[in-house]
Amino acid sequence: MSEALEDMPPLTDKNKARQLLWGLLFGIVFGFLLQKGGVAKYHVLIGVLLLRDFTVIKVMLSAILVGMIGIFVLQRAGLVKLHLKPTRYLANSLGGIIFGIGFALSAYCPGTGAAALGQGNLDALAVIAGLIIGSYLFAEMSGWIGRKVNPIGERGELTWPQVLHLPTLLVTVVFAMIILFVLISLELSNR
Amino acid sequence: MSGSTWILLAVTTDPEQTGASWSPYLVGALIGVLSWFTFLFSNKPIGASTAYARVSGMIGKAVAPRHTMSLKYFQDNKPKIDWGVMLVIGVIIGAVLAAWTGNELLVRAVPPMWTERFGDEIAPRLIVACLGGALMAFGARLAGGCTSGHGISGSMQLSVSSWISLVGFFAGGVITAMLLFNT
Repeated sequence: MSEALEDMPPLTDKNKARQLLWGLLFGIVFGFLLQKGGVAKYHVLIGVLLLRDFTVIKVMLSAILVGMIGIFVLQRAGLVKLHLKPTRYLANSLGGIIFGIGFALSAYCPGTGAAALGQGNLDALAVIAGLIIGSYLFAEMSGWIGRKVNPIGERGELTWPQVLHLPTLLVTVVFAMIILFVLISLELSNR
Repeated sequence: MSGSTWILLAVTTDPEQTGASWSPYLVGALIGVLSWFTFLFSNKPIGASTAYARVSGMIGKAVAPRHTMSLKYFQDNKPKIDWGVMLVIGVIIGAVLAAWTGNELLVRAVPPMWTERFGDEIAPRLIVACLGGALMAFGARLAGGCTSGHGISGSMQLSVSSWISLVGFFAGGVITAMLLFNT
Protein backbone atom coordinates (compact mmCIF):
# COMPACT_ATOMS: atom_id res chain seq x y z
CA MET A 1 0.00 0.00 0.00
CA SER A 2 3.00 2.31 -0.03
CA GLU A 3 2.35 5.57 -1.76
CA ALA A 4 5.31 6.52 -3.92
CA LEU A 5 4.41 10.16 -3.65
CA GLU A 6 7.23 11.24 -1.42
CA ASP A 7 9.80 11.40 -4.20
CA MET A 8 9.92 15.16 -4.44
CA PRO A 9 13.14 17.15 -4.77
CA PRO A 10 15.28 16.79 -1.62
CA LEU A 11 13.06 17.69 1.27
CA THR A 12 14.88 20.22 3.36
CA ASP A 13 13.05 21.43 6.46
CA LYS A 14 12.20 24.69 4.74
CA ASN A 15 10.93 22.82 1.72
CA LYS A 16 8.85 20.56 3.95
CA ALA A 17 7.27 23.48 5.76
CA ARG A 18 6.48 25.11 2.44
CA GLN A 19 4.78 21.94 1.19
CA LEU A 20 2.65 21.77 4.34
CA LEU A 21 1.56 25.34 3.66
CA TRP A 22 0.74 24.49 0.05
CA GLY A 23 -1.34 21.56 1.31
CA LEU A 24 -3.26 23.84 3.65
CA LEU A 25 -3.80 26.41 0.89
CA PHE A 26 -4.96 23.83 -1.67
CA GLY A 27 -7.23 22.35 1.00
CA ILE A 28 -8.84 25.71 1.73
CA VAL A 29 -9.63 26.17 -1.98
CA PHE A 30 -10.88 22.57 -2.27
CA GLY A 31 -13.13 22.89 0.78
CA PHE A 32 -14.45 26.25 -0.39
CA LEU A 33 -15.35 24.74 -3.76
CA LEU A 34 -16.93 21.61 -2.25
CA GLN A 35 -19.23 23.72 -0.06
CA LYS A 36 -20.16 26.10 -2.89
CA GLY A 37 -20.86 23.10 -5.09
CA GLY A 38 -23.38 21.85 -2.53
CA VAL A 39 -21.56 18.56 -2.04
CA ALA A 40 -21.00 19.12 1.69
CA LYS A 41 -24.75 18.72 2.19
CA TYR A 42 -26.36 15.56 3.49
CA HIS A 43 -29.37 15.65 1.19
CA VAL A 44 -27.25 16.31 -1.92
CA LEU A 45 -24.91 13.38 -1.19
CA ILE A 46 -27.72 10.96 -0.31
CA GLY A 47 -29.59 12.42 -3.30
CA VAL A 48 -27.04 11.11 -5.77
CA LEU A 49 -27.12 7.64 -4.22
CA LEU A 50 -30.93 7.64 -4.53
CA LEU A 51 -30.48 8.80 -8.14
CA ARG A 52 -32.59 11.88 -7.42
CA ASP A 53 -30.02 14.68 -7.39
CA PHE A 54 -27.13 14.64 -9.83
CA THR A 55 -25.12 17.56 -8.42
CA VAL A 56 -22.34 15.20 -7.27
CA ILE A 57 -22.09 13.63 -10.73
CA LYS A 58 -21.93 17.07 -12.36
CA VAL A 59 -19.14 18.22 -10.03
CA MET A 60 -17.15 14.99 -10.35
CA LEU A 61 -17.42 14.63 -14.12
CA SER A 62 -16.57 18.32 -14.71
CA ALA A 63 -13.53 17.94 -12.44
CA ILE A 64 -12.44 14.75 -14.23
CA LEU A 65 -12.95 16.38 -17.66
CA VAL A 66 -10.97 19.55 -16.94
CA GLY A 67 -8.38 17.75 -14.82
CA MET A 68 -7.86 15.01 -17.41
CA ILE A 69 -7.17 17.45 -20.26
CA GLY A 70 -4.81 19.53 -18.13
CA ILE A 71 -2.90 16.57 -16.72
CA PHE A 72 -2.55 15.13 -20.24
CA VAL A 73 -1.04 18.39 -21.55
CA LEU A 74 1.17 18.93 -18.50
CA GLN A 75 2.44 15.36 -18.64
CA ARG A 76 3.20 15.61 -22.37
CA ALA A 77 5.09 18.83 -21.65
CA GLY A 78 7.12 16.94 -19.05
CA LEU A 79 5.94 19.22 -16.26
CA VAL A 80 4.20 16.62 -14.11
CA LYS A 81 4.29 12.89 -13.66
CA LEU A 82 1.36 10.62 -13.03
CA HIS A 83 0.55 9.16 -9.62
CA LEU A 84 -1.35 5.95 -10.26
CA LYS A 85 -2.74 3.67 -7.58
CA PRO A 86 -2.05 0.00 -8.34
CA THR A 87 -4.75 -1.92 -10.14
CA ARG A 88 -5.78 -4.96 -8.09
CA TYR A 89 -9.05 -6.32 -9.35
CA LEU A 90 -10.24 -7.86 -6.08
CA ALA A 91 -8.99 -5.13 -3.71
CA ASN A 92 -10.25 -2.27 -5.90
CA SER A 93 -13.72 -3.72 -6.43
CA LEU A 94 -14.24 -5.13 -2.92
CA GLY A 95 -12.79 -2.01 -1.29
CA GLY A 96 -14.92 0.13 -3.58
CA ILE A 97 -18.13 -1.65 -2.57
CA ILE A 98 -17.29 -1.54 1.16
CA PHE A 99 -16.55 2.17 0.75
CA GLY A 100 -19.88 2.64 -1.02
CA ILE A 101 -21.83 0.98 1.81
CA GLY A 102 -20.10 3.25 4.31
CA PHE A 103 -20.71 6.25 2.05
CA ALA A 104 -24.47 5.63 2.09
CA LEU A 105 -24.49 5.21 5.89
CA SER A 106 -22.48 8.35 6.59
CA ALA A 107 -23.48 10.38 3.49
CA TYR A 108 -20.23 12.30 3.69
CA CYS A 109 -17.10 10.89 2.10
CA PRO A 110 -13.62 11.63 3.51
CA GLY A 111 -13.25 14.94 1.62
CA THR A 112 -16.84 16.15 1.76
CA GLY A 113 -17.04 15.05 5.43
CA ALA A 114 -14.39 17.62 6.32
CA ALA A 115 -16.35 20.17 4.28
CA ALA A 116 -19.63 19.18 5.97
CA LEU A 117 -18.00 19.74 9.37
CA GLY A 118 -16.91 23.21 8.26
CA GLN A 119 -20.45 23.94 7.16
CA GLY A 120 -21.67 23.06 10.65
CA ASN A 121 -22.93 19.48 10.21
CA LEU A 122 -21.71 18.06 13.53
CA ASP A 123 -22.59 14.49 12.57
CA ALA A 124 -19.51 14.73 10.33
CA LEU A 125 -17.46 14.51 13.55
CA ALA A 126 -18.81 11.00 14.07
CA VAL A 127 -17.88 10.17 10.47
CA ILE A 128 -14.36 11.46 11.09
CA ALA A 129 -14.08 9.38 14.26
CA GLY A 130 -15.23 6.38 12.24
CA LEU A 131 -12.68 7.12 9.51
CA ILE A 132 -9.89 7.13 12.09
CA ILE A 133 -11.11 3.88 13.70
CA GLY A 134 -11.60 2.16 10.32
CA SER A 135 -8.13 3.18 9.18
CA TYR A 136 -6.60 1.56 12.26
CA LEU A 137 -8.64 -1.60 11.77
CA PHE A 138 -7.35 -1.78 8.20
CA ALA A 139 -3.80 -1.28 9.43
CA GLU A 140 -4.31 -4.19 11.86
CA MET A 141 -5.15 -6.41 8.88
CA SER A 142 -2.76 -4.81 6.38
CA GLY A 143 -0.13 -7.55 6.58
CA TRP A 144 -2.67 -10.29 5.82
CA ILE A 145 -4.40 -8.21 3.13
CA GLY A 146 -1.06 -7.49 1.49
CA ARG A 147 -0.27 -11.21 1.35
CA LYS A 148 -3.69 -12.72 0.60
CA VAL A 149 -5.97 -10.12 -1.03
CA ASN A 150 -3.80 -7.70 -2.99
CA PRO A 151 -2.15 -10.38 -5.17
CA ILE A 152 -5.54 -11.50 -6.57
CA GLY A 153 -5.81 -9.79 -9.94
CA GLU A 154 -2.74 -7.67 -9.26
CA ARG A 155 -1.81 -5.67 -12.38
CA GLY A 156 0.30 -2.86 -10.94
CA GLU A 157 0.01 0.66 -12.31
CA LEU A 158 -2.35 0.38 -15.24
CA THR A 159 -4.11 2.94 -17.43
CA TRP A 160 -6.89 2.60 -19.98
CA PRO A 161 -4.56 3.45 -22.90
CA GLN A 162 -2.35 0.49 -21.83
CA VAL A 163 -5.30 -1.89 -21.52
CA LEU A 164 -6.89 -0.83 -24.80
CA HIS A 165 -3.56 -0.56 -26.65
CA LEU A 166 -4.57 2.87 -27.89
CA PRO A 167 -2.74 6.21 -27.83
CA THR A 168 -3.35 8.28 -24.69
CA LEU A 169 -4.45 11.25 -26.82
CA LEU A 170 -7.20 9.19 -28.46
CA VAL A 171 -8.41 7.72 -25.15
CA THR A 172 -8.43 11.19 -23.58
CA VAL A 173 -10.52 12.59 -26.44
CA VAL A 174 -12.98 9.68 -26.31
CA PHE A 175 -13.33 9.92 -22.50
CA ALA A 176 -13.84 13.69 -22.82
CA MET A 177 -16.57 13.18 -25.39
CA ILE A 178 -18.35 10.56 -23.29
CA ILE A 179 -18.22 12.81 -20.22
CA LEU A 180 -19.52 15.79 -22.24
CA PHE A 181 -22.34 13.64 -23.60
CA VAL A 182 -23.36 12.54 -20.08
CA LEU A 183 -23.22 16.11 -18.74
CA ILE A 184 -25.27 17.49 -21.65
CA SER A 185 -27.83 14.68 -21.25
CA LEU A 186 -28.14 15.42 -17.53
CA GLU A 187 -28.65 19.11 -18.27
CA LEU A 188 -31.20 18.50 -21.03
CA SER A 189 -33.20 16.11 -18.88
CA ASN A 190 -33.20 18.68 -16.06
CA ARG A 191 -31.87 16.20 -13.50
CA MET B 1 -31.31 14.37 23.68
CA SER B 2 -33.16 15.36 20.58
CA GLY B 3 -31.76 16.79 17.38
CA SER B 4 -31.29 20.44 17.99
CA THR B 5 -30.04 23.14 15.72
CA TRP B 6 -27.92 26.08 16.71
CA ILE B 7 -27.99 29.06 14.44
CA LEU B 8 -24.68 30.83 13.99
CA LEU B 9 -24.46 34.38 12.71
CA ALA B 10 -27.20 35.50 10.41
CA VAL B 11 -28.16 32.41 8.49
CA THR B 12 -30.55 33.27 5.72
CA THR B 13 -30.46 29.94 3.93
CA ASP B 14 -30.70 26.48 5.43
CA PRO B 15 -27.97 24.56 3.62
CA GLU B 16 -29.96 21.35 3.87
CA GLN B 17 -32.81 22.91 1.90
CA THR B 18 -30.69 24.20 -0.97
CA GLY B 19 -28.32 22.55 -3.41
CA ALA B 20 -25.24 24.04 -5.03
CA SER B 21 -24.86 27.79 -4.59
CA TRP B 22 -22.43 27.98 -7.52
CA SER B 23 -22.90 26.10 -10.77
CA PRO B 24 -21.77 22.51 -10.15
CA TYR B 25 -20.09 22.55 -13.57
CA LEU B 26 -18.07 25.63 -12.62
CA VAL B 27 -17.16 24.12 -9.24
CA GLY B 28 -16.12 20.86 -10.89
CA ALA B 29 -14.06 22.67 -13.52
CA LEU B 30 -12.30 24.68 -10.82
CA ILE B 31 -11.54 21.49 -8.87
CA GLY B 32 -10.05 20.16 -12.12
CA VAL B 33 -7.89 23.27 -12.41
CA LEU B 34 -6.94 22.96 -8.73
CA SER B 35 -5.67 19.46 -9.42
CA TRP B 36 -3.34 20.82 -12.15
CA PHE B 37 -1.82 23.02 -9.47
CA THR B 38 -1.44 20.26 -6.87
CA PHE B 39 0.39 18.17 -9.48
CA LEU B 40 2.54 21.13 -10.54
CA PHE B 41 3.45 22.62 -7.18
CA SER B 42 3.20 19.68 -4.79
CA ASN B 43 3.68 16.71 -7.11
CA LYS B 44 0.59 15.17 -5.54
CA PRO B 45 -2.94 14.32 -6.57
CA ILE B 46 -5.83 15.57 -4.42
CA GLY B 47 -6.89 12.86 -1.96
CA ALA B 48 -8.50 12.90 1.45
CA SER B 49 -8.72 9.43 2.99
CA THR B 50 -5.02 8.83 3.71
CA ALA B 51 -5.02 11.83 6.06
CA TYR B 52 -7.34 9.99 8.46
CA ALA B 53 -5.07 6.93 8.36
CA ARG B 54 -2.09 9.12 9.29
CA VAL B 55 -4.03 10.61 12.21
CA SER B 56 -5.09 7.12 13.33
CA GLY B 57 -1.44 6.09 13.22
CA MET B 58 -0.43 9.12 15.26
CA ILE B 59 -3.04 8.28 17.91
CA GLY B 60 -1.98 4.63 17.82
CA LYS B 61 1.65 5.64 18.19
CA ALA B 62 0.82 7.72 21.27
CA VAL B 63 -1.19 4.91 22.90
CA ALA B 64 0.64 1.76 21.77
CA PRO B 65 3.80 2.78 19.94
CA ARG B 66 5.40 -0.65 19.54
CA HIS B 67 2.28 -2.39 18.29
CA THR B 68 1.32 0.46 15.95
CA MET B 69 4.72 0.57 14.29
CA SER B 70 4.69 -3.22 13.89
CA LEU B 71 1.74 -2.93 11.49
CA LYS B 72 2.62 -3.12 7.80
CA TYR B 73 0.44 -0.18 6.79
CA PHE B 74 2.12 2.19 9.23
CA GLN B 75 5.57 0.98 8.21
CA ASP B 76 4.71 1.87 4.60
CA ASN B 77 2.82 5.07 5.48
CA LYS B 78 4.45 6.92 8.34
CA PRO B 79 2.03 8.39 10.89
CA LYS B 80 2.78 12.11 10.71
CA ILE B 81 1.31 15.46 9.76
CA ASP B 82 1.94 15.61 6.03
CA TRP B 83 0.65 17.48 2.97
CA GLY B 84 -2.54 15.40 2.91
CA VAL B 85 -3.39 16.04 6.57
CA MET B 86 -2.91 19.76 5.97
CA LEU B 87 -5.15 19.49 2.91
CA VAL B 88 -8.00 18.04 4.98
CA ILE B 89 -7.55 20.70 7.69
CA GLY B 90 -7.71 23.26 4.87
CA VAL B 91 -10.94 21.71 3.57
CA ILE B 92 -12.61 22.34 6.93
CA ILE B 93 -11.45 25.98 6.91
CA GLY B 94 -12.42 26.50 3.26
CA ALA B 95 -15.90 25.12 3.88
CA VAL B 96 -16.36 27.45 6.88
CA LEU B 97 -15.46 30.38 4.62
CA ALA B 98 -17.76 29.22 1.82
CA ALA B 99 -20.71 28.59 4.14
CA TRP B 100 -20.11 31.86 5.94
CA THR B 101 -19.93 33.96 2.77
CA GLY B 102 -23.01 32.15 1.47
CA ASN B 103 -25.00 32.69 4.71
CA GLU B 104 -25.22 28.93 5.11
CA LEU B 105 -23.22 28.43 8.31
CA LEU B 106 -25.59 26.40 10.44
CA VAL B 107 -24.50 24.17 13.32
CA ARG B 108 -26.59 21.06 13.85
CA ALA B 109 -26.14 17.41 14.63
CA VAL B 110 -28.89 15.68 12.67
CA PRO B 111 -29.63 16.56 9.04
CA PRO B 112 -33.33 17.17 8.29
CA MET B 113 -33.49 14.40 5.68
CA TRP B 114 -32.29 11.90 8.30
CA THR B 115 -34.79 13.30 10.84
CA GLU B 116 -37.65 12.90 8.40
CA ARG B 117 -36.81 9.24 7.86
CA PHE B 118 -35.42 8.05 11.21
CA GLY B 119 -36.47 10.65 13.79
CA ASP B 120 -34.57 13.42 15.55
CA GLU B 121 -32.68 11.39 18.17
CA ILE B 122 -28.99 12.30 17.99
CA ALA B 123 -27.51 8.93 19.06
CA PRO B 124 -28.76 6.76 16.15
CA ARG B 125 -27.45 9.25 13.60
CA LEU B 126 -24.03 9.45 15.26
CA ILE B 127 -23.72 5.66 15.55
CA VAL B 128 -24.61 5.11 11.88
CA ALA B 129 -22.34 7.98 10.81
CA CYS B 130 -19.43 6.49 12.76
CA LEU B 131 -20.05 2.99 11.38
CA GLY B 132 -20.22 4.48 7.89
CA GLY B 133 -16.95 6.30 8.44
CA ALA B 134 -15.23 3.11 9.60
CA LEU B 135 -16.45 1.16 6.56
CA MET B 136 -15.39 3.98 4.23
CA ALA B 137 -11.89 4.12 5.68
CA PHE B 138 -11.47 0.36 5.48
CA GLY B 139 -12.83 0.28 1.93
CA ALA B 140 -10.73 3.23 0.81
CA ARG B 141 -7.53 1.69 2.15
CA LEU B 142 -8.33 -1.64 0.52
CA ALA B 143 -9.24 0.01 -2.81
CA GLY B 144 -6.35 2.50 -2.60
CA GLY B 145 -8.32 5.73 -2.36
CA CYS B 146 -11.63 7.47 -1.82
CA THR B 147 -14.02 9.63 -3.83
CA SER B 148 -11.27 12.25 -4.15
CA GLY B 149 -8.14 10.14 -4.62
CA HIS B 150 -9.68 7.52 -6.88
CA GLY B 151 -12.95 9.15 -7.95
CA ILE B 152 -11.51 12.45 -9.15
CA SER B 153 -7.69 12.31 -9.18
CA GLY B 154 -7.25 8.72 -10.35
CA SER B 155 -10.07 8.83 -12.89
CA MET B 156 -8.61 11.92 -14.55
CA GLN B 157 -5.30 10.06 -14.96
CA LEU B 158 -7.21 7.26 -16.73
CA SER B 159 -6.18 4.80 -14.04
CA VAL B 160 -7.99 1.46 -14.33
CA SER B 161 -7.90 0.95 -10.54
CA SER B 162 -9.75 4.23 -10.04
CA TRP B 163 -12.54 3.54 -12.50
CA ILE B 164 -13.09 0.08 -10.98
CA SER B 165 -13.19 1.59 -7.49
CA LEU B 166 -15.50 4.40 -8.60
CA VAL B 167 -18.00 1.88 -9.98
CA GLY B 168 -17.73 0.03 -6.64
CA PHE B 169 -18.36 3.24 -4.66
CA PHE B 170 -21.60 3.91 -6.50
CA ALA B 171 -22.71 0.27 -6.67
CA GLY B 172 -22.34 -0.18 -2.90
CA GLY B 173 -23.66 3.31 -2.20
CA VAL B 174 -26.76 3.23 -4.40
CA ILE B 175 -27.90 -0.20 -3.16
CA THR B 176 -27.37 0.72 0.51
CA ALA B 177 -29.03 4.15 0.17
CA MET B 178 -32.03 2.63 -1.62
CA LEU B 179 -32.40 0.07 1.19
CA LEU B 180 -32.19 2.83 3.80
CA PHE B 181 -34.47 5.41 2.24
CA ASN B 182 -36.79 3.73 -0.25
CA THR B 183 -39.54 1.74 1.36
